[in-house]
Amino acid sequence: MDVLYFAWVRERIGLPREKVETEAATVAALVDELRAREDRYAAAFEDLSALRVAVDQELTDFDAPLAGAREVAFFPPMTGG
Amino acid sequence: MRVVVQEAPFDFGAEAAGFAAGRHDMGAVVTFTGIVRDLQGGGLEAMEIEHYPGMTEKALEKITKEAVDRWSLGDALVIHRHGRMEPGDQIMMVATAAPHRKDAFEAAEFLMDYLKSRAPFWKKEFSAESKTWVAARDEDEDALRRW
Repeated sequence: MDVLYFAWVRERIGLPREKVETEAATVAALVDELRAREDRYAAAFEDLSALRVAVDQELTDFDAPLAGAREVAFFPPMTGG
Repeated sequence: MRVVVQEAPFDFGAEAAGFAAGRHDMGAVVTFTGIVRDLQGGGLEAMEIEHYPGMTEKALEKITKEAVDRWSLGDALVIHRHGRMEPGDQIMMVATAAPHRKDAFEAAEFLMDYLKSRAPFWKKEFSAESKTWVAARDEDEDALRRW
């Protein structure tokens, strides 16, 4: 699936998007897999309360299932307006 | 209703006039414009707004449709820019049209409250000393609860 990063999450991980092969059942399980990869991922995902997640471009939470998902995005709380 | 996400500046006067024109059943049009504000004490060189192409349009359309349905608006307009801007530049605008002013004001406030913390935009401020992602404020999240 495509995993996208925005704002400081993108800067901390060092790329805007990547393809990830995963069998993770939930967003939280995907986060655990990413954290285990490298320090920059562990740093970006250190505090989940500072992050928001969207699955297929809909805001959701970290317990959300990933079955059938094509795109997961991680980003800080939004600051529009 | 119309939702526009673009990098280019927009002409607030022309947009507001076009939005208000041609309706005889709407007694009230409310517009709001958000402007890049300098830092306290000055020194802001630029603001960059990042967004999530695709989700941004979907989220704004959903929020705008909700406002139109809830306040029975005759029309609603949201324009939001992304990219690099300088202090004094216009970032975004909303416009609402309703038969009476209360609905137009309330719907515009609802749109502003929701797009501030539910539309995927992120602001970064650049000054000579620092580059800082603007943090979301607890008050912005609290503002959603009144709706």
